Amino acid sequence: MNKKKIINQINVYRSAMILLIICIVATILSPNFLSMTNLFNVSKQVTVAGIVGCGMTFVILTGGIDLSVGSILGLSGVLAAGILNSTGNVFFAIVTAIGIGLLCGIVNGFWVAQCEIPPFIATLGMMTLLRGCVLVYTKGSPISIKADAYKYIGKGAIFGIPVPVIILLVLYIIAHIILTKTAYGRSVYAFGGNREAARLSGISTKKTEWLVYVINGLMCGIAAVILTARLGSAQSTTGEGIEMDAIAAVILGGTSLSGGVGFVLPTVVGAMIMGIIDNILTLMNVNPHATSIVKGAVILIAVLVDKKVKDLSAKAE
Amino acid sequence: MQKEPILKLENIVKVFPGVKALDGVQLDVYPGEVHALCGENGAGKSTLMKIIAGAQGYTSGKMYMDGKEVVFHSTKEAEKMGIAMIYQEFNMVSELSVAENMYLGRLPKKTSGLVDWKKLYENADSVLKRLGLKFGSKTKVKDLSVAESQMTEIAKCLTIGAKVIIMDEPTAALTGEEIKILFGIIEELKKQQIAILYISHRMDEIFKISDRLTVFRDGKYIASKMISQTDYDDVVSMMVGRNVDQLYPERNYVPKEVIFEVKNMVCKGVNNVSLQLHKGEILGISGLMGSGSIELSKAIYGAIPKKSGQILIHGNEKDCSSPKKALASGIGFVSDDRKQEGLVLIRSIRENIAMSSLKKYTKIVCLDKKLENQRMDEEVKKLNIKMSSPAQLVGKLSGGNQQKVVFAKVLESNPEILILDEPTRGVDVGAKAEIYSIMNELSKEGKSIILISTDLPEVIGMSDRVLIMREGRMVCEVHREEMNQETILAYASGGVKENE
Repeated sequence: MNKKKIINQINVYRSAMILLIICIVATILSPNFLSMTNLFNVSKQVTVAGIVGCGMTFVILTGGIDLSVGSILGLSGVLAAGILNSTGNVFFAIVTAIGIGLLCGIVNGFWVAQCEIPPFIATLGMMTLLRGCVLVYTKGSPISIKADAYKYIGKGAIFGIPVPVIILLVLYIIAHIILTKTAYGRSVYAFGGNREAARLSGISTKKTEWLVYVINGLMCGIAAVILTARLGSAQSTTGEGIEMDAIAAVILGGTSLSGGVGFVLPTVVGAMIMGIIDNILTLMNVNPHATSIVKGAVILIAVLVDKKVKDLSAKAE
Repeated sequence: MQKEPILKLENIVKVFPGVKALDGVQLDVYPGEVHALCGENGAGKSTLMKIIAGAQGYTSGKMYMDGKEVVFHSTKEAEKMGIAMIYQEFNMVSELSVAENMYLGRLPKKTSGLVDWKKLYENADSVLKRLGLKFGSKTKVKDLSVAESQMTEIAKCLTIGAKVIIMDEPTAALTGEEIKILFGIIEELKKQQIAILYISHRMDEIFKISDRLTVFRDGKYIASKMISQTDYDDVVSMMVGRNVDQLYPERNYVPKEVIFEVKNMVCKGVNNVSLQLHKGEILGISGLMGSGSIELSKAIYGAIPKKSGQILIHGNEKDCSSPKKALASGIGFVSDDRKQEGLVLIRSIRENIAMSSLKKYTKIVCLDKKLENQRMDEEVKKLNIKMSSPAQLVGKLSGGNQQKVVFAKVLESNPEILILDEPTRGVDVGAKAEIYSIMNELSKEGKSIILISTDLPEVIGMSDRVLIMREGRMVCEVHREEMNQETILAYASGGVKENE
């Protein structure tokens, strides 16, 4: 019985424990790791993958996947930068980024929920299509951002806490409330656990599925503002590869890829694990080309450990 | 039966953390006999089956095959010793042929190492012939009916040289005609000296097909008896440990006003069906499998599309084109397949019960957890759901308790009309009696129930009126006083000319 309890505890906090272990290792490897500047640096870098991962958690909880997040982020980013430079209005730029994100999410939802195309295929198509839009719009050259008010979103701080981190926390709290405390959240879990049972229970399954892609698109729009504001420019490659970081964050957070089981808060922990690995490798002057090898290995090991723990707890019952 | 037992278990104990699932169980099975295992859900039958089939280990005890002690570490090892199990859910590769499935992993090879297709199909066909099956071994499994794929599983057992075949609820998905064929095959297997361990909740089948039975209760061995030396009441009282004086509650329904009407329903499998339901009535709809009764119920609830037809509640036409709309109109639905369509097995009991009433629980934007918990406690108490905590996953409950969770979910949405598809399928006797008494209570409260079932004793025991369907049409209506199995079967199978 006691053993079961311990395993259950490990289960609940497993992603936090992995994070803790990695932090300890990081501190030993590089004393600079624990400095305030570095920690804020890491958390700022984590925000983009973290926010995209937040939306991705909704999608994965329904048993779906969204590969188009990087392209949505790219398109929102370049259009926001374009509007900003042509109008000079920060508000318009932000509305554009978020609006484009929402619109792309609606289109993704249309393919998946309305046309019943498998999410992997539908979002793969959208990923390519939207990246094409980005290239056409930028003609391949970067758009630099001058407006300081816009850059503040990426670089500023309130009471010493970076603005992106504040935005991330607010979004996560809202997402957590939606998933655990609202009827919609329940329908997401029910849909992911058993779509047919959810439908026969009177849950509007089409709306439920559609909305997760819209939420995810919205998150990408917000992430695009933060990313372009921090970098001070938007490029045709903006957001490339972010889908893998986001999916990895969700999985490291313990959410099941088959849907129906998981929480959103551990996703941010997952994103931090990825960010810290990146950071420590930079601090140690490891060849940047080699960081992918370490990141990939950590994901595999973490998921393997996770599986073993789950097997153990299944046996304990 | 003076032979030595082919399979003998002595003093088997299986301990799960905190629970003793099996407590000193014994069993002997003789060659060429059909040995039924009886017990309520949770009695330990399925654990015992898994142990015999090598799918699960045991804590202590001994198992003998042909007098020699054996220990199985995997189902493969058990199969090698001649023990094969046919699961409720079949394990077949639907895109492959019958023959390939029968010899999966053991395909005959030529000296070159390539598959010897000719030999494969010849061997497979000869086994199918031995069982008197009509389909060829080149048929793809996906083109087989449920019954035929089950027969293929049995044929597969023969190809591995099984001496003991375990059948877990083999008739659960079969029609009356198919059950006859299955029983024919079982007779054939008996002649070949193969022993069959037969698990079923259907008592009439057990008495029809088996030679001996063993009863378990709460993980303990109760008794083994020859079928000729026992009867229905005896077995049931051994299973529940007390006398079940009455499975079906007393019903004396006095017809009230019509509350619900279906007019000229047409959908896939249903051809122009109309019916009326009175307030507080339990209306049985029966027929053979494939009669269209399940489709009718699903079309009423909006779960499958209907081509035409009207639904009237209190004389007003209602739009029931989706489950959501039907639910809003006051129709509740219990599906015949609780695992696929009724429950989210990987979520908690609490979440499952609340699933159809999320709107009711919502205050402004958030769910009122207090109200939800309070309502849940009431339902759990009312339906006597046995669980360790409300956060327990539904998948961990026994079949009967799972079904009660489905009932709780539907009742939480407070429907006026309840459609129950096979509400006691795969549920043990004790839980059956409880479900019947719940139905009786509900009808007394003024709820009207449509009971769709192929279990004739249940239809006769519970219904105030029975409608019989055949080939998608309503063939006749039988009133309480003229209800008996023979009449219903005769109408359902087309043995009697329609008289309406």
